[in-house]
This record gives sequence, structure tokens and C-alpha cells, in this order.
Amino acid sequence: MLLRKFIDLITSLKLTIACLAAAMALIFAGTLAQVHLGIWEAQQRYFQSLFVWWPAEGNGFRIPIFPGGHLIGAILLVNLIAAHVKRFRWTWRKLGIHLTHAGLIIMLAGGLFTDLFAVESHMRLNVGGTKNFSEDPRRMELAVIDTTNPEVEQVTAIPESVLRRGGTIEHKSLPFRIAVRHYYQNSRLQMAGEAGGAKQPIANRGPGAQAVVEPVPRSTGVNDRDLVTAAVEILAAEGSLGIWLVSDALDAPQTFSAGDRTWQLAMRPVRYYKPYSVTLQKFTHEKYPGTEIPKDFASRITLIDEDGGVNRNVLIYMNHPLRYRGETYYQAGFERDDRTSILQVVRNPSFLAPYIACIIVAAGLLVQFGYHLVGFSRRERAVPA
Amino acid sequence: MKRYLPWLVLILAFAWVSVSWLPPKIQQGGPDLVTFGKIPVLVGGRVKPLDTVGRNSLLIVHGKETLRLADGKQLTAIEWLADVVLKPAIADDYPLFVIQNAEVLGLFGWEQSDRKYFSFNELAPFLKQIDAQGEQADKLESVERSAYQTAILNLRNALILCQRLKNSLRPEDAHEFATEIATYVAAIPSAAEAARQREKGETFDKEKLDAMAAFAERYDNLANMAYTLAVPPAQGARWRPIGAVLTDTLRSGEVHPVVIAYAKLGDAYHAGDYQAFNQQAAFLRDWFAKEQPTAVRRSAFEFLFNHVDPFTHSMVLYVLAFLLACFSWLGWSRPLTRTAFYLLLLALAIHTFGLGSRMYLQERPPVTNLYSSAIFIGWGAVIVALILERIFRDGIGAACAGAIGFITLIIAHHLAGSGDTLEMLQAVLDTNIWLATHVVAITTGYSAMFLAGMLAMIYIIRGVFTRSLQKQTADSLARMTYGVVCFATLFSFVGTVLGGIWADQSWGRFWGWDPKENGAVLIVLWCAMTLHARWGGYIRQRGLMIMAIFGNVVTSFSWFGVNMLGVGLHSYGFMQKAFPWLVGFVVSQLALMAIAAMPLERWRSFQTIATSSRRDRDGVKFVPGKLAVETTSE
Repeated sequence: MLLRKFIDLITSLKLTIACLAAAMALIFAGTLAQVHLGIWEAQQRYFQSLFVWWPAEGNGFRIPIFPGGHLIGAILLVNLIAAHVKRFRWTWRKLGIHLTHAGLIIMLAGGLFTDLFAVESHMRLNVGGTKNFSEDPRRMELAVIDTTNPEVEQVTAIPESVLRRGGTIEHKSLPFRIAVRHYYQNSRLQMAGEAGGAKQPIANRGPGAQAVVEPVPRSTGVNDRDLVTAAVEILAAEGSLGIWLVSDALDAPQTFSAGDRTWQLAMRPVRYYKPYSVTLQKFTHEKYPGTEIPKDFASRITLIDEDGGVNRNVLIYMNHPLRYRGETYYQAGFERDDRTSILQVVRNPSFLAPYIACIIVAAGLLVQFGYHLVGFSRRERAVPA
Repeated sequence: MKRYLPWLVLILAFAWVSVSWLPPKIQQGGPDLVTFGKIPVLVGGRVKPLDTVGRNSLLIVHGKETLRLADGKQLTAIEWLADVVLKPAIADDYPLFVIQNAEVLGLFGWEQSDRKYFSFNELAPFLKQIDAQGEQADKLESVERSAYQTAILNLRNALILCQRLKNSLRPEDAHEFATEIATYVAAIPSAAEAARQREKGETFDKEKLDAMAAFAERYDNLANMAYTLAVPPAQGARWRPIGAVLTDTLRSGEVHPVVIAYAKLGDAYHAGDYQAFNQQAAFLRDWFAKEQPTAVRRSAFEFLFNHVDPFTHSMVLYVLAFLLACFSWLGWSRPLTRTAFYLLLLALAIHTFGLGSRMYLQERPPVTNLYSSAIFIGWGAVIVALILERIFRDGIGAACAGAIGFITLIIAHHLAGSGDTLEMLQAVLDTNIWLATHVVAITTGYSAMFLAGMLAMIYIIRGVFTRSLQKQTADSLARMTYGVVCFATLFSFVGTVLGGIWADQSWGRFWGWDPKENGAVLIVLWCAMTLHARWGGYIRQRGLMIMAIFGNVVTSFSWFGVNMLGVGLHSYGFMQKAFPWLVGFVVSQLALMAIAAMPLERWRSFQTIATSSRRDRDGVKFVPGKLAVETTSE
């Protein structure tokens, strides 16, 4: 009985309409929220979540006040599939409806899949420079690098989320423990001399010992990013090796020795290494004559893949990406007076889903409305005006 | 009479429209500003006639395309431009700059009064202040600026534009520019000799070198200030400002014929010798026709387009047709609806000419910015509404076409204030395939949404406030609305997904939750909700109408509202001015929805029908609003 009721609910048209209404409310609220939170943060809270929480942050008491994008999408998907499984009966008259909904299922499932599995990163290349990794500008990691052997660097990466939690970090590849003393989601670094007397450096080793950290609110702009800073204490068997300041703002890695080995510490964007390398040969940035309106951006790169025996030049420009080994490279931006090109690197295994879905749904809608239209004009002709 | 009325009105309207196609008159003995206005120059990355430069600049600086002087004389844009670029001393006294903000006026120690236009000479003592204040405002994001900051920044930009215009074709202080150039060219060999002597360490004539350095600096400044690039490239190179070409003369010793012609033309204008002016203008026309035939063809066409002013004409015809269609419901309906239909066809033809002209001039699909989206939404909605009128012949389609055509063109008119509406496109938009598919599909969706909303408004207004909503009219309105919502669903969905595919092609993200994307998907969701609610029988005729009106709210949010948020990739400029209008529109729509939700006994049309207890053709008693709309998905 209860099951019956549940099935009725899950297959009902009312549920569809409720989901659509909830989706509209959520999208409207999420769009307005972008003004203050920025697109990325609003997206995390409203669309890529199961619930919208209030208050939005903090570890204390929180209540879900509205279903989030993932929940609504999932319910809609289940509702759509269940309704069709229950009521499916093949007739030509319903061809349009079936096509439309099949396309929507592909699209929703593809969207969910993309949200879960797609990886976006950036590759910043200076003219003449070569890289075999891309970086996620949104996520930082503390890289602890064993540089004893100049041939091979052994990297142990500690994700930002672990640093945020604080406490002491141990790992089998590290002969010491790392205690997180301070953590700042977004910060500003100043030289101790310039900051005025009141603030004291929190680190006592490395260049960070001369810097004062000031916490600032999280940034909201589309292209702004947070400057993550942490102070970590290295605890070796023989005792503390000092407190180090690690931050994206400190360019050079900081070196110390522990357990007969040489180590480097660096807070840097999360890296994705590739089995091939990309060299930027030339970057062009054209403007319309007499204006500042950009006309074209283009990066000429050389792609070298020793496994695949690939060594070729590629031109990446607006609306013309490079697709290679499941990843796609797009011209995304530039820096330093056009001397650095930024390529967006996307790995999205379900990128074809929307293409297929769009065609199916469009065909379905055409069939369905065309069917109405024929009936409609027939009726009109039958009734004299 | 009844039979001839439609034709008579059509002929009158046609005659009125044709007048604007006549070539513009040139004042006897005055300057030939038609030939002058057709000369091509390059501004903002695009070759356009001086006429367009004048119109756009005057619109930016003055807010209108004509300028009324203190003595009541009215200047056209090209007359004003000729004065500014060729005879700036006069133009400096024109009441040109709009200042309405009390704080800006207070900055100069002026009180707010009826006067809102001020001349350059009046503002001259405060230029430094304006520049400093404006520069501060410029550093802020547009969303963060106060009304004062926006006003002072606009004033600063207007002043800069004006200064640049003054130095576009000749230095603003030049009187006999042709003579000046001749002196300059004549001085080059001896200055070169002096430079050689100096290099060898011999004695040299320092005066000659200094004079040449002064020229070089003067022309370099001229090149930097110039707003128009007036000299076309010889081959493949770029258009250049007159100052830069004059600097090159230092090496070649030769002066470009266009530079000489412009110098003589300006001198003649200065001296009031219009015969000489006309000669030089004719020389430039012939020179360009020979050297730059494509640019000349386009410029001449754009001049015609500006002069014909198609959108203003269609706007007037749309209003007229709307009124006729509305009157047709009160009586005399056949001739009036037919007249309205003919007028609409004429208006649509002119509208289409305007749209097509813009596409030809820009070599782009129809929609490239907010302005052109308004033009296109109107155009699409008018066509669909006319098809409905053709099928139903009850004046409803005609009224919708007239109203939407008029309103969208008015909106476009107010969006044109920022200058060139045929501006160049940012690199990421530089793809005709996606502009032609995604953007056109989305805007066609908007058209259909507004049309459905308009039909619903007619249903409610006629139903509640008049007795004219018969059952048959109500049914056909419901069918039209339903059909148009289906149409809107198809186009909005396809357009939205195509946008996602474009995004996937250009930066690898099918969906980015950008505000404009969200706006588009809101429309799709609303359409889906409306259709499912109707298929499920949760709403009937009246519910469909109420939902279609809310569709107006959703669409206006998607079209304009999201741009006002000032975030995201699609925000083409923040529009503070439009915000009260948007709010007003949304409130009016919500009010209509509330009115529609009133009990049916309060609807004047249904009082009539209900009391007459008429049976409809199927023999079922007609209960208005409760009428079960034929279910299409059983």
C-alpha cells in the first residue's frame, strides 16, 4: 500500500511540476546570489549541492532550507524515468513525447555525470615555456617535495581541505609530522616593516618570517581568486624544525633538511600531470584598428608526446580548441602584456551527451508540436470564422 | 467607403513612407553636406560614413540626434559634426553637454534649473576638476558608481569625445591648414640638411630643426587625439589618422591627396567659401570611389539607411495598426482589421528592410547586441502574430503585432544611446554560425513568449473590462496562446542548448550557471511547467492565460534583468536607467495576474454569457474559465 503510494508519487505529473517550480525558484535565487557570492561560490551552494543550507557556512548548527540543484535534478530524473517505465505504451502519436523525454534523460544524466567527473584546469604558458601539467586555480595543495635526488622529485601533496581542518598531519612518505598552526582561506601578505608595529610574523623560518599575514574576506569576482596561506610547523623526531609560512604569494619553494634528505615546501595550485608536453611558441592578441576591442587571441603551441610519437604544431584560438587524449585545450586568457597565454584544459568524459540530447529533444518537440499544428489548422479550416 | 478604406489608408501611409526615400535637400549656396556625409572613415574598428559618426557622437554627447541652438535653429547631426571637426571655435558655444545631476552642477557652483544643456566654453574653466573626478569614478565597477559618479564620468567621456572629434580632420586651432602643410613640406629638405650637418658635427641651422620638431610634435599629437581614422590604406595596411600620415611625409616628402583635400575642405568651410568646400567634397567622393569602391558602396548605403530611418517609420505604423485593431473590437470590425493588417504588412516590410540593412552593413546574423535583439524580437513576434491574424482574422493577431512591434522598437530606440549600434564584436562572439543559430533561436523564443503574454493580456483585459470576449474569441485566444507557448518552448530549448554547445566549443564548459544562461533556462522551465500543467488538467483556459502573463515576467528578467546584475559573461553593460522600467513592467504584469484571478462573476464578458445561459455548439453548457480545454495528451 505504502509502496503503491510511493510509486504513484514518484511517477506523478504533480511531482514533475513541483520539481520544475522548485528548479525555477532555486535558479532565480542562485542567480541573484551571484551578485554577492560570485558565480563560482553561488554555483557550489545552490546548484552543485543536495541542499541549500542556512547559515551557509560554519561547522555549527545548520538546517537545509531548500533542495539544491543535484537533488532536484536527481528527483526529476527518477520521476521522468519512473513515469515512462510505468506508463510506456508505444504509439506513433506519442513519438514526439517519448523522444523529448528520452533526450531530457540523456541531458540530465549527462549533466549530473559532468558535475561529478569533469575536471577543469588551467595551463599557464610563457612564450617559449614548456609544461607537462595543468593547474586547478581554485584548489591549492601543500606540496612537500623530496629533492635529494636531482633526477627525480618525490612529491607528497596535502590537499587544502586537510590543511583547513588543522591538526597534525602524518604520512608514510614523510619522516616528520606537519602541524598546521594557522590557516587563512583568503589573505594578504605584507612585509613586517611596512605593516606597522602591531602585527608580528607568525612564522620563524624562511622568507615568511619577514611577512605579516592579514586575513581578508573571500573574493567574489569571476576571475578573482583567494590567496590561501597557512603556517605549518615541521615536527621531526629530534624536535621542531621551526614554523614556516606557506602561501601562493611566496613564489620560490622553501628548502629545509630533515632525516638526511632535502625537502621543499610550496603552497601551489593542484597539479594534473600529463604524459605529454606543451610548448608555447607564440601568442597573438589582435584588436580592431583604432579600438581596444579584442578581435582574436591565438596560441601557437608545439605538442610533444613521446609515447604516441607525436610532435606537431597546433594553433589554438577562439572557438577552435585542441582535443587530445580525452582533454580539450581552449584559449582562455592572457597575462603579462601578452607574454603569457592561459589555456583552459577540460577533461569531460560526457561532453557528447548534450549534443546528442539536443538533437533528440529538438526532433521530439518538432514532431509533437508539428502534430498539434496539423490538428490545429485542420480544426481551423473546419470552423468558418 | 468601407471597401476602399483599407486601400486608402495604405496608399497614404505608403506616400508618407516614400517621402523619406527622397534624396536630402542641399541648401542653395550652402555646403554640400550630403557628399561630405557619405565620405567613409574608420571609427571603432568599422568603416562608416561621416554621417554616422555625427549621429552616433551627437547621441552619446547630447542624447539626441539633433541639436537645438540658443536661437532656436535646429542643427542636424552632420551639420553639427561639420562645425565641430572643421570650425570648432563656433561649436564650442553650442549648448551640447547634458548635465542634470544636481551634484555635478554644484561642483561648478551652479544651481539646478530648467536648463540642462551646456556649452564647451561654459565648462572650460572646470575641465581639470571634471577630469580628476571622472577618473576616480572610472576606477570603480559600473555597479558601484553613485548617480553623481556616473554623471561626472559620462560628462568626462563626452568632453573627451568632443576634443577628439575637434582634432580628427585638422588641428583644432588651424586656420589655413593647407598653407600650413605647404610650409611644412617646403621646410623638410632644409631641415633634413640641418640634421645631416649636425650629425657630422658641422655648424647647422638650429631654428630650422626646431621648427621641424614643432611640426612633428604637432602632428604626432594630432594623430593621438584623432577620433576618426580618415586616410584609407594603400594595400592591406590599416586606416590611419591624418596626423600619422603627415608625420610620414617627413620621410617621403609627399602629402597624401586625402590629407590635402581635407585641409582645403576645412579651410573653405572656415572661410565660408562653400563652393570650394563642395569642390573638395566632390574630389574626396571621386577619389574614394576610385580607390575604395567597397567602402564607398557601404558608406553610401549606410547614409541612405540613416536617412530613411526605417525603424521610426515602422514604429509609427505599428501604433496606428494597434489602435485600429483595438477599435475593430468595438464595431466596424472587417474594414478596420483589414486596414490594420495592410498597415502591418507595410510596417513589417520597412522593419525587414532595416533589419536586412543592418545585417548587410555588419556582415553578421541579425542579433549581435541588446539593441539588435530588441529589433529582432519585435520582428519575429510581428511575423508570428500576422500569421495568427491571417488564420483567425479577428484583429487579435493584428493588435499583438502592432503592440509588440511598437514596444520593442521603442525599447531599441532607448538602447541606442550608447553610440554605434553596429559595433564590432568581442573575439569570443566572432563566429557567425553560433550567432546565427543560438542567438537567433533564443531571441525567437523571447518573441514567442512576449506574443503569448500579449495574447493573454488581450484575453484578460477584454474579458474583465469589456463584454467583447465571446466564447469563440476566448477559445481561439486560448488556442493561439497554447500554440505560441509550444513554439516558444521549442525555440527557447533549442536556443539554450545551442548556447551550451557554443560554450562547450569555446571554453569547454557546457553549462556555467552564468546569469544569462540561467535566464534562458528559466524560460524553458516555465514553458515546460505551463505545458505540463495544462496537459495534466491542472490549469484550463484562465490558468493558461495567467501563466502566459507570468511568462512575460520571466522573459523580461532573462532579457534585461540578468544584465542588470552586472555579473557574468553576457552582461553587456549595466543599465541603471532601465531598472525602474523593468520593475514597473513586472508590477503591471503581476497586477494583471491578480485581476485575472478575480472570481469569474466579476468578469464583464462572462456576466453576459452566464446570464444568457447560451449553449455552445456541442450542446454543452458553457461555463467560462471552467471550460475543459481539449486534452492533447490523454
